[in-house]
Amino acid sequence: MKTKEVQPISRETQLRVDEFEKSYWRTTGKKILKDWRLYVMLIPLILVFLFWRYFPMYELTQSFKLYDNTKSLSEMNYVGLYWFEQLFFGSYSDQFWPAFRNTFLLSFYGLLFGFPTPILLALFFSEIKSNLVRSMFQICSYLPKFVSMVVITSLIQLMLQKGTQNAPAGVLARALAAIGLVTDEAAREGLMFGPQYFRSIYQVSGVWAEAGYGSIVYFAAIIGISPTSYEAARIDGASKMQQIKSVVLPGILSTVVIMLITRLGHLMTVGYEKVLLLTTTVGGDLGTGNQSTAEVISTWVFKIGGMQSGGGGAANPSLGSAADMVNAVISMLLVIGANMISKRASNTSLY
Amino acid sequence: MAEINNQNIKETPKKVKKNGKVRLETSELIFKIISYAFCAIFAIMCIYPFIYAISAALSSRDAYYSGQVVLLPLIGTLNDGYTLGLEWGAFKEVFFDAGFWVSYANTLFITFYGTVWSLGVSIFGGYALSKKRLPFRTGLNFYLLFTMWFNAGLIPQYLNYLNTQEVFGAVGITDNRWMVVIAMGMNAFNVILLRNAFESVPKEIEEAAIVDGASEFSLLWNVYVPMSKSSIATVGLFYGISRWNGFFWANMMMTQDEQPLQVYIRDTLKKVMEEQGNTSDAIPAYATESMVYAMIVCAIIPIIIIYPYIQRYFATGVNVGGVKE
Repeated sequence: MKTKEVQPISRETQLRVDEFEKSYWRTTGKKILKDWRLYVMLIPLILVFLFWRYFPMYELTQSFKLYDNTKSLSEMNYVGLYWFEQLFFGSYSDQFWPAFRNTFLLSFYGLLFGFPTPILLALFFSEIKSNLVRSMFQICSYLPKFVSMVVITSLIQLMLQKGTQNAPAGVLARALAAIGLVTDEAAREGLMFGPQYFRSIYQVSGVWAEAGYGSIVYFAAIIGISPTSYEAARIDGASKMQQIKSVVLPGILSTVVIMLITRLGHLMTVGYEKVLLLTTTVGGDLGTGNQSTAEVISTWVFKIGGMQSGGGGAANPSLGSAADMVNAVISMLLVIGANMISKRASNTSLY
Repeated sequence: MAEINNQNIKETPKKVKKNGKVRLETSELIFKIISYAFCAIFAIMCIYPFIYAISAALSSRDAYYSGQVVLLPLIGTLNDGYTLGLEWGAFKEVFFDAGFWVSYANTLFITFYGTVWSLGVSIFGGYALSKKRLPFRTGLNFYLLFTMWFNAGLIPQYLNYLNTQEVFGAVGITDNRWMVVIAMGMNAFNVILLRNAFESVPKEIEEAAIVDGASEFSLLWNVYVPMSKSSIATVGLFYGISRWNGFFWANMMMTQDEQPLQVYIRDTLKKVMEEQGNTSDAIPAYATESMVYAMIVCAIIPIIIIYPYIQRYFATGVNVGGVKE
């Protein structure tokens, strides 16, 4: 390879460069000093994020070490990619891959059902011209978003609870049995304990809780479309479907793209709180509750990493960190990838 | 040109009714009907569980176990038949449950101080970041944004919180509620939302205030905060709701008497689900499930109360377009 000959920098030039750099740092320093109040305001923010967002990232290097609770993180023995090997191919692969699959499926179905529903809902909301009626419907539909996950999952569990000899199954289980979606037997045995029902329960309750609030952003976009566009389309004789296709959809496209990027970026992030609260450990066909479909990476990490009380000797924070690392890296790649694709395809990007 | 205009004028009146309203095409009418039906069903679905929770909490034991409580509370026993009515037993039980109120107070504590702390940090930080002249601004923005892309995960966070607990203990903060308040709940998205709100305040107002001799702090307090009221209210709302609803880390990090409401509800539910069907000696007038329903109702009452005041801020909070830097 041909290399360019590097001209030796003369002493004079070097001095000038030094001078420039010095003056650069000096002016920056002066700027900081002049605006020291702004930096004082920033200190709490920087510290909070450093301590409780960036330090955990340092703790993540646990995944390359052999955990030992008598030593500090820097003193632990370095084991390289041992834990990752164990996760992917080794003795934990039969637990990791099902959890990985469940995570992916859960969020993929979430995207499939959870993404279009708010758009549809916003479209329907925009069709209701009476302000009073519409706001009433909207306010009702936002409500579940502001209720805690514990309340939501408690309601799910109670309304789907299994029947006993002196009590019938939960009201929702009975309703589902009445319209034939599940058998009476399944409703009595408890839908929460059947692995085959977990995904549906998770998705339906997810759409129920999120769709109303999620529709706000699309509703704002639809309302922002000028009425003259509709008028023009109507005069051209467009039917409602044609109006939606050629007026509404182009009008909300950029919003849809932005929201889609966000969703794609979170494809490997499942709300562990909800999954954990909905997991049942006893009952069902195999006697293990709904775990076979409800076990996602984060809940598995929760168990294997020693966070569960009474987890016992099996606790292994290094292994858990390795799984966390896999999840975090995939998530980040998804965010960056989705952002890049959309930047190239539609000039819309989130970051 | 004139011809086309004439045509339009000629055609348009066809679509206008006598009372001036535009007549709907068939497809539009059908779509409107579907819209109303769908929205009504969805709205009913969204509030039904809460109505049912209230009814179930107010029903008598036999009525609840008969499975006839569907919409309105029923009272009565198996032999006498059921009638509409209110059975306050479950609420009384919850009302005299000391543990419940301790957890309620803990939640109020965490929600109040947590919101004040997170909102304060976000306002100051967001204000500083909104200044274009701030050196290292790009780097600092990236410092925030990166936490939105990369989340360390459960175990590292858990180990980190354990360390925090230790450090806090060493400096004398043994109350884990303070640790939850200070260490948890900050959100980069909310800071960016505030930063964008402060950026959109017109520069002329700031300049005028500086000419009048305003310092940086009084500028923030007297100019920027009042002018970004709705964004601040939105962010405060987000923080408040997430604090009120916080469960997971509180469950992990707190001792029995520091636990917030959500953890208490969860524990009660667990107990009830395990005991389901076991009849104890002293049979109360209400079902054990009713007690959980009553707790759920108590837990969402504050949200229902502030709901009418906060719902006008919802639209502000979903402006996602401006995360870009």
